[in-house]
Amino acid sequence: MKFTVNGTARQVDVEDDMPLLWILRDALGITGPKYGCGIAQCGACTVLMDGDAVRSCQITSDMLEGADITTIEGLGTPQALHAVQAAWIEHQVAQCGYCQSGQIVQAAALLARDPAPSDAAIDDEMSGNLCRCGTYPRIRAAIRTASRTLQEG
Amino acid sequence: MSRAGTIARRSFLIGSAALLGGVAFGVYAAKRPFANPNLTGVSDGAVSFNPWVIVTPEKVVLIAPHGDKGQGIFSAQAALIAEELDIDPARAEVSFGVPDRAYYNRVIADAAVPIKSIDTGATAELLRDVMGGVAKLLLPMQITGGSTAIPDSYDKLRRAGAVARETLKRAAANRTGVAVGDLRSENGAVILPDGSTIPYTDLASDAARIEPVTDVTLRDPSEWRLLGKPMQRLDIVAKSTGTQAYGLDHALDGMLHATVRTNPRQGGELLGFDASAAKAMRGVHKVLEIPGGIAVVADNTWRAFQAAEAVNCDWGLAPYPAEQVDHWAEIEQSFTDDRLNAKPRDDGDVDTAEGAELRAEYRAPYVAHAPLEPLNATILVTDTRADIWTGHQIPGFAAQFVADITGIDRENVHLHNQFMGGSFGHRLEFDVIRQAAEIGRQMRGTPIKLTYRREEDVAHDYPRHITMGRGRGKTANGRVVALDLQLAAPSVIASQMGRMGLSVPGPDAQLHEGAWDNPYGNLAHQRVRSYRVPELAPVSSWRSVGAAPNGFIFDTLLDELIHQAGADPLEERLRLMDHDVSRKVLEAVGEMSSWGSPLPAGSGRGVAFVISFGVPVAEVVEVTQTESGIRLDKAWIAADVGRVIDPVNLQNLAQGGMIFGLGHAMNCEITYADGMAEQSNYDSHAGMRLYQCPTIEFRALENGPKIRGFGEPPVPPAAPALGNAIFAATGQRIRELPFNRHIDFV
Repeated sequence: MKFTVNGTARQVDVEDDMPLLWILRDALGITGPKYGCGIAQCGACTVLMDGDAVRSCQITSDMLEGADITTIEGLGTPQALHAVQAAWIEHQVAQCGYCQSGQIVQAAALLARDPAPSDAAIDDEMSGNLCRCGTYPRIRAAIRTASRTLQEG
Repeated sequence: MSRAGTIARRSFLIGSAALLGGVAFGVYAAKRPFANPNLTGVSDGAVSFNPWVIVTPEKVVLIAPHGDKGQGIFSAQAALIAEELDIDPARAEVSFGVPDRAYYNRVIADAAVPIKSIDTGATAELLRDVMGGVAKLLLPMQITGGSTAIPDSYDKLRRAGAVARETLKRAAANRTGVAVGDLRSENGAVILPDGSTIPYTDLASDAARIEPVTDVTLRDPSEWRLLGKPMQRLDIVAKSTGTQAYGLDHALDGMLHATVRTNPRQGGELLGFDASAAKAMRGVHKVLEIPGGIAVVADNTWRAFQAAEAVNCDWGLAPYPAEQVDHWAEIEQSFTDDRLNAKPRDDGDVDTAEGAELRAEYRAPYVAHAPLEPLNATILVTDTRADIWTGHQIPGFAAQFVADITGIDRENVHLHNQFMGGSFGHRLEFDVIRQAAEIGRQMRGTPIKLTYRREEDVAHDYPRHITMGRGRGKTANGRVVALDLQLAAPSVIASQMGRMGLSVPGPDAQLHEGAWDNPYGNLAHQRVRSYRVPELAPVSSWRSVGAAPNGFIFDTLLDELIHQAGADPLEERLRLMDHDVSRKVLEAVGEMSSWGSPLPAGSGRGVAFVISFGVPVAEVVEVTQTESGIRLDKAWIAADVGRVIDPVNLQNLAQGGMIFGLGHAMNCEITYADGMAEQSNYDSHAGMRLYQCPTIEFRALENGPKIRGFGEPPVPPAAPALGNAIFAATGQRIRELPFNRHIDFV
């Protein structure tokens, strides 16, 4: 199985039904995507697959041939932040932070598709990502800030 | 173990016996500090002035012993030290340190003192001081919980920073011949009168040769540079870039991955199992029997999960009623004299007070903690030592369990506390620690990461205790004149501490916390009684513990009485209060929410007020009845924490705590069928999702006489505020949580 993760070509030999989440975390050592539920209910494992936000716990290896995967680590780094990450820092969104990799990737996917989302569009996009600490007000605010940053170029 | 420690293992004395014991042990012993655990490992040329500060020739290390579950205490502890040490916490190394009794929590036992948390009179404070001393002598416990991390740390960490600073200045004075009084300190360095600087790191070896300067005075808050102002959390960049390592992310060379399945009828036996299919699966190394279940060890987490599900287990019966209805039946039978836990409040005479009577019954369910990071621990046990990497709220106890199970001496067990992906009380439990130790013991020399499947995590969540309330009251002349509440629940403290091998004599204060300690002193006739139900399903502390169910029940009953009286919910609560700090909190939320201003038809506002952990909190929720259900529009929260350490983090905790309370009130419960939880994942125990979240405005007040922790207090008023709002909008009074048993939410 050959695919790309954060711009690097990867090859793994695993069962057809092994989820991408565990390929990333255990086979490739990429731990930004988190395990929370395993059934696409929490969104902590969200990554970009060919630009779309997907739950990596539901993407099995047989779906990966030729795919281009971007995790939170590929979105930006502490030294070179993505606009969404910068907004997350500015608003100090995180509490425990465990869901935030998924939240940020989901928000980045939204803004790539819809650079100036309405409040309703933000609610629709982000409601599959669970935050047990309750950082939702800050997530909304950070997305609006990132939207402005991205539009100002 | 000392004799006192041995006694404590059998019986953690709380209440009057402990107070007597405190006098017998004497004040001196209680005040004597424990040895500094950093002195054993400190290298040549480095110095550790106290358990919280280490300076080496290369760096300044600040020890933050309270665990971080997301509440931001890692940063807050560093800031408390740094405020006095005069250093930028972002330029120091901050560490959770090693578990040690030197980091015992001085104020954790305050909650056991049978005095209202808002009573800060001399007698109350003396009792707390004695209690803290007794707890230290009997069972010095490094514990993060009970919203105590800030009050526990506030003085001692600032003092630790001040001692370090003054000692470094003394070392600089000795070296330069300049009088200490002519030296300043700033940004990690001592400043000489000529403006030249000596970095603290350059003074480490000098400072190591002198006695710490302990005669220090803490700065007045008016001089603070860091505290009280918005701070950037030290973990915020890592948590925004996927680079924050949690326990689940820990990796060791040659590590194998494990998961466990134990009897979903919690505490039940494993009667037998067939692992032949699992053992044949790809990547599976071993299937081990562990107490109450099995563990699968494989070469990755997913294979361990798959194989665990393929093991055919024969589970024994649950040691508690198999069906939920029988749990409630036991509680219904518990309002009896022989099960009376306490009668902490009995003012006036509720029986003879005259007025129109109201009676109502309330229920609050079992609720799971379900932190998003499932329980996990990485362990390596050899013949001579054990290392375990995990996020835990009582790390010293966790290390002791590892020692007990592996046979390694406690001093050779090294627990490396990790950032936690939430807890809400779940990481006070020890199952995962014991299981990791058992697996490590059976596989010495192999590093193992044990990860719970979410389903295992929920099945063994040790949820919040269920509670029933029977309330009555009387109203007359547009006022509430009497309130009489009986609460019945199993003892969460007994259940939880029982699993730690500790017994707790005396009444459990959590069975009436959040109800009896109300500030409604002008409600002349009021009585609160709590009844202790024999243990049913095992339960544990869930964020705000007793105050969550009790606050819901008390405040809803009060709201019902106010409506029966025809009074205004906010004005009548204000009238009943005789506590100025609380009144200002309630007035603030009224002003913020424009209480009393007109709303469109189908919309309604509810207010609730609960004191927990010494923090008066008032919340208002505004809802609208739509065609498809109740929509939460806006919310407001005001609270008095005595003193604000970081306004940004405090706001985040306020909003998050209220969301936590609202979400669980809307749709979360654990119910039992055939002895097993009927909920297994976030599809059946969701909490709030983003689209359901109202706007939430927060105001912090600082009128209270003591600094308070705020991890838990925002939670209890949320459920009654929402229920009271639903009543205002629809006329439907819901007396049972979660509300979605009776009404839909959009």
